[in-house]
Amino acid sequence: MTTDSMIPPARHAAQDHFRTLRLASPFQPRLEALGRQEDWYTWAGYKAPQSLWDEELEFFAIRSQAAVFDISPMVKYRIEGPDAEAYLDRLTLRDVTKLGVGRVHYTAWCDDEGHVLDDGTLFRLAADRFRLCCQERHLPWLLDSAIGYDVAIEEETEAVAGLALQGPTSWVVLRDAGFAGSERLKAFDLADFPHEGGSVTVSRTGFTGDLGYELFVPAGAALSLWDRLFAAGRVHGIRAIGYAALNRARIEAGLIVANADFATAEHAVRADRVRQPDEIGLGFMIDAAKAGHYNGRRAIEAARRNKTLRRILVGLEIEGNVPAEHAIVYHRAKKEVGLVSAAIWSPTAKRNIAIASLERPYGDTVVDDLWVEIYAMRELQYQKLMKRAKVVPRPFVKLARRTASPPGIF
Amino acid sequence: MKTWDAIVIGAGHNGLVNACYLQRAGLDVLVVEKNDWIGGAAVSRSLTPGFLYSNCSYVCSLFRPEIMRDLELPRYGLQVIPYEGGAVFTQDGDYLANYRDYDAHRREFARFSKRDAEAYDRYARDVTRQCRFIQPLLLRTAPDPTSFRPRDLGELMYLGKKFAGLSAEEMALTLRFWTMSIADFLDEYFETDVIKANFALSGIIGTALGPMSPGTAYVLLHHYMGEVDGSVGAWGFARGGMGAVTRALADSFRASGGTIRTEAEVSRVLVRGGKAGGVVLANGEEVRGRFVVSNADVKRTFLKLVEEKELPQTFLRRVKNFKIRGSSGKVNIALDSMPEFPALPEGSPCLQADMHFTDSIERMERAYDDWKAGRWSADPFIDMVIPTTLDPTMAPPGKHFMSCFVQYAPPKVEGREWTDADRDGFAESVISQIAAYSPGFRERIVHMEVRTPRELEAEVGLTEGNIFQGELTFDQLLFNRPVPGYAQYRSPVGGLYMCGSSTHPGGGVMGAPGRNAAAEILRDLKRGIKDMSGAHDVI
Amino acid sequence: MTSSDAIDVVVVGGGHNGLVAAALLAKAGRKVTVLEAADDVGGAARTEAFAPGFRVSALAHVLNRLHPDVVRELDLARHGLTLDAGDTPSVALAEGGDALILHGAYGERLSGASKTEAEAWNGLRAQLFRYAGMLKLFLARRPPDLSGMSMGETASLAKAGLSLRRLGREDMRDFLRMLLMNVTDVLDEHLEDRRLRGLLAFDAVLGCHLGPRSPTSLLGLYNRLTGEIGGRPGAQALPKGGMGAVTAAIARAASAAGVTIRTGATVARIGVDKGRVTGVTLAGGEEIRAATVVSGANPKTTFLDLVGTRAVDTGFVRKLGNIRMKGDAAKLHLALNRLPAFHGVPVETLKGRLVIAPSDEHVERAFNPSKYGAFSPEPVMEITIPSLSDPSLAPAGAHVLSAVVQYAPYELREGWEAGRPKLLAAIMARLEAHAPGIGNSVLASELLTPADIERRYRMPGGHWHHGELQADQMLMSRPVSGWSGYDTPVEGLYLCGGGSHPGGGVSGAPGMNAARTILAMRSK
Repeated sequence: MTTDSMIPPARHAAQDHFRTLRLASPFQPRLEALGRQEDWYTWAGYKAPQSLWDEELEFFAIRSQAAVFDISPMVKYRIEGPDAEAYLDRLTLRDVTKLGVGRVHYTAWCDDEGHVLDDGTLFRLAADRFRLCCQERHLPWLLDSAIGYDVAIEEETEAVAGLALQGPTSWVVLRDAGFAGSERLKAFDLADFPHEGGSVTVSRTGFTGDLGYELFVPAGAALSLWDRLFAAGRVHGIRAIGYAALNRARIEAGLIVANADFATAEHAVRADRVRQPDEIGLGFMIDAAKAGHYNGRRAIEAARRNKTLRRILVGLEIEGNVPAEHAIVYHRAKKEVGLVSAAIWSPTAKRNIAIASLERPYGDTVVDDLWVEIYAMRELQYQKLMKRAKVVPRPFVKLARRTASPPGIF
Repeated sequence: MKTWDAIVIGAGHNGLVNACYLQRAGLDVLVVEKNDWIGGAAVSRSLTPGFLYSNCSYVCSLFRPEIMRDLELPRYGLQVIPYEGGAVFTQDGDYLANYRDYDAHRREFARFSKRDAEAYDRYARDVTRQCRFIQPLLLRTAPDPTSFRPRDLGELMYLGKKFAGLSAEEMALTLRFWTMSIADFLDEYFETDVIKANFALSGIIGTALGPMSPGTAYVLLHHYMGEVDGSVGAWGFARGGMGAVTRALADSFRASGGTIRTEAEVSRVLVRGGKAGGVVLANGEEVRGRFVVSNADVKRTFLKLVEEKELPQTFLRRVKNFKIRGSSGKVNIALDSMPEFPALPEGSPCLQADMHFTDSIERMERAYDDWKAGRWSADPFIDMVIPTTLDPTMAPPGKHFMSCFVQYAPPKVEGREWTDADRDGFAESVISQIAAYSPGFRERIVHMEVRTPRELEAEVGLTEGNIFQGELTFDQLLFNRPVPGYAQYRSPVGGLYMCGSSTHPGGGVMGAPGRNAAAEILRDLKRGIKDMSGAHDVI
Repeated sequence: MTSSDAIDVVVVGGGHNGLVAAALLAKAGRKVTVLEAADDVGGAARTEAFAPGFRVSALAHVLNRLHPDVVRELDLARHGLTLDAGDTPSVALAEGGDALILHGAYGERLSGASKTEAEAWNGLRAQLFRYAGMLKLFLARRPPDLSGMSMGETASLAKAGLSLRRLGREDMRDFLRMLLMNVTDVLDEHLEDRRLRGLLAFDAVLGCHLGPRSPTSLLGLYNRLTGEIGGRPGAQALPKGGMGAVTAAIARAASAAGVTIRTGATVARIGVDKGRVTGVTLAGGEEIRAATVVSGANPKTTFLDLVGTRAVDTGFVRKLGNIRMKGDAAKLHLALNRLPAFHGVPVETLKGRLVIAPSDEHVERAFNPSKYGAFSPEPVMEITIPSLSDPSLAPAGAHVLSAVVQYAPYELREGWEAGRPKLLAAIMARLEAHAPGIGNSVLASELLTPADIERRYRMPGGHWHHGELQADQMLMSRPVSGWSGYDTPVEGLYLCGGGSHPGGGVSGAPGMNAARTILAMRSK
């Protein structure tokens, strides 16, 4: 027992973290200024807006103008080294040897049993440098996966701030903010642009199914980036939004969220909750011809071969206009066959849509005569509705501007 | 002379739980207690004016909520307040805190290791999985694997099906939990010494094993399978000290018509024709009962209270071989002001929970080496709490009660009985460790109660001072507890039952042995057990 | 350069298990090549010269568990193995007093014990053998796969259950109670003689990072008692010609069955393509293609070094990394110019196994420092003088002393360069106490620490069993859960060494079980 001086300074300095249970994002001052609703929720330990001023209008900002959503709380890992490509190729489902420098892809990674640990986006920043963005934390898994590879892995969630700029006018905002050359970014491209003597990484990616970009800067340059976008965006209807609006857009785009639409394998306390990629609609990531081994390959291929996949994730279109969130799905209105994990009335498609997990063969080979039972609470009484549901392809909303090249002013 | 339906020996928490259920089932029950106070090792006593001590057990988690509810204990004053923080002080002047908030907890671990911070989820998942597997077994009678009776076969099938229902990964995990040392187990998740020490302590509390001994991973589970209001693994303080548990039980018991006699030490169980028919008290008085339930440990019950001739040789041999080595002591301290721990920042919630000074597995293990050699630990492991930071009923305002659970303390000192000088030396090892982290600590001490295994045995009747009434190793768990062939609360003597922590599922202030024994007794009496809840669902 | 692809099976490593697997596969008609990095086969079961004119069994020096099925199926007698336990007693030395001698197969008779102690021992001995017999049922088969049991597996487990029932009720109860107990508690229940307790405690923890008080340590004693020689359970022998003679016989059986044995052939890589094994590459670059590769190497070596982590899943790598395999035993070889005299030991029993473990408490105390990376200041050990039964091992009149010494942790905090001479001095002090003057008769000595053993025999951690043989690393958890059946996540690649069930020691059982598994898979 001696004095404080023996404590490593960084560890000592961090002692006080307990006074602030929710971290402020690097953009927090700007969000606070706009957050008229004071409607915050906790996202990965950060204080994040559920809604800033009007949930519904925030959604229309995505579909009609340019919406800014703070993605700083997203967990980020920097993966760097001569073996980074080989390492990620073994770690993740998709073929990383086919991911060019300056490209991004949506991927997922599994444990030995082929159960999905998480999904996320992989950014190839250089031949030997990547960024992996995801919902959950995986450092032990990432480090243990690095045994036998010359690669360094660094968790950089707090160090890197991120913004999603999404919507029809998002590109023109970029252009007017001086991101010269941003018009050359095709969907899933990324490039660095100068900012404040440093740089900002801009990728043409997003979680809305719309034209959009994601921008990453060192946390210290966060506010100036925000101000730069808002200055340019004023005339293009730029608005900051909260998660509720984003969630509507992502459901329309048919995108899934870890631990909302499926349980991640290292967190599932109930062992039957884990899912293979083919069970949550990520089967497209699996390439039987991929040359390299990847985690879970044995199990995934065996499940396909032996037809032991038990579940399937589908898009549903449901009669009527009452959202079916967390409704039970039935076959012939009798047999319970699954659960809706996300549902909204889609303002863009004018359809009642849902994402659901069903027990095969329902949703796979048996797609007729499916029903959902909706319990709609109305003035302290449940209105119980049994509604027909039809399996439909995702995305529910497909916008040409998402991939238009060059991007225009929509 | 009155003949009671049931006589329960010992007013500890299990004896009282048992008595409550029997009384509520319509029996006429007498509890006899040797001390002039009730509660056994779940007791709050005032030994110095203004202060109330939790003299033995000191925190609450394991007590089954099904029992609290069945016996209406909240109506009789039982309240459990969850912990707020907790810390392990490190030798470099820092500390590792345990925060209730998920993200604060992670950030605190990240101060020491980012990897460990992110490893916690998988660890928590695995521990939770295993607790969920075990929890439903707590309120069931263990089957006799050598028996062909339908009930035993049924229970064996239940266990087999439950195990077979696990995934391959969970099966492997179960085997690991039952056979590994907590040190090896934690090595598979964490890299930082203090973080491992922080978890390992649950693997050794009350146990005559070090963290490197196989089997301690199970002991950790034993301390995790409790809950506070549905929060599995959480611990809390009983408001008014642990005596609040037994006080509520006693009040519930009396309210349903039960009788408790204190200062009524049992010297012998009356056995006639192989059947128990009452007890003889130390003063020679005979009290008759149709059957007798002993809350005393299995050694005390059968080696002291029952004559040898009444017992089969095999049973006697097994009882003699029952392992009940004490491993811990207790130092209860009245403080005239709140002690300062300069390592903790102002406003830290860590003071409102359990604090420790053992920051590595190695120090814990070395403390155990002392025990093996028959000495109390020179550098002891202390589980220290100051309940008065959350409970205003145990000390005058501004003053505090501090409870220190101390490991290791052997049942005998280098083969001989403890002396008063040994006791003082033991206490000094504790005080000096605390004082090293809390300047001016000694000066705040108003009064101190020191209990080595000698005092635990003499006062509470725990043989060799073992707080669990028997070690929690595989050879003494489930159908082996207390001894093979007699793991269903019955004994070779007709009408003599066991209901203490010596029986399944073991020690801690859990109440499950008392409840399960009552279920078996009522079954033998062909009475319904409709007022007894089954285990809450684990969903 | 690529050699002919007419090879069915490549066996990596010519240790005794690799040779057993090779021989059995060849007898079933497979074309098998064994690749051994060293100049001679045998691995750690070799007889080596350590000083001019002095030879000794390299690591294991007492034969007590060579599986009878191996002896029979390979007809080892015909290939020159003479298995005669004779009277190879175990001798529990007592400093300054008479030794206690266990005659016959693990103490059928005791000399030097009181009558009551001898009776107590007879009872305990019989009980231990009955219970070890239960575990013996599991030696010659792959561990049960709890999560996906076949009919055959269920049937054989049911058979084990039946045998358990057949023990009788009280015995069954004690079996279940004692299964995971520590050996000291069991000794407390039965025995008093410190020498006997010391010897049993020593045998229980030999080769393990456990003390006699550690729960589950009784399993080590059971494991010892599952062995047999010539049908005598618990018997032991010092093979003529050293342990190398045993491997030589197995090698001859293999050659006779048509196995090609190549020495000086170091496997650098095991090739894998799309999850299937393709063959091996030697250090010189030569490629040998084979549809089946059987590795007698350590599981960690096999996957982390030879296959490489890139071809297997992270969870599997994690499990391999979690296998505890830090050796805790050293091996001492002394060249002596005369036969040493041990206190209280009749000269005719010197050809047995001498154990310095004065009491179980002493063994426990010796264990303590090893938990913290220090060797025992008063180590415990098992000594043989093989030159007594086989004079060819030493020049005329001279003798060889071989000792397995505990505890000597692989990760010695001060490092083995500094630690080795200190450990040697500590061992010599113990020897001197029991055999005064022995120090003056030493012509040459060799002390192999776990670090040396790791280097010399390619055993990671210098661990004799290729992984701690403790409850959580046995049966379906050996080498790792999910892959305990000799097959691996790489199709066509099998493990056959001591890292697999039932573990290390010169038993040949892992090799035999692996071969049986391969043959059963192919015939499906």
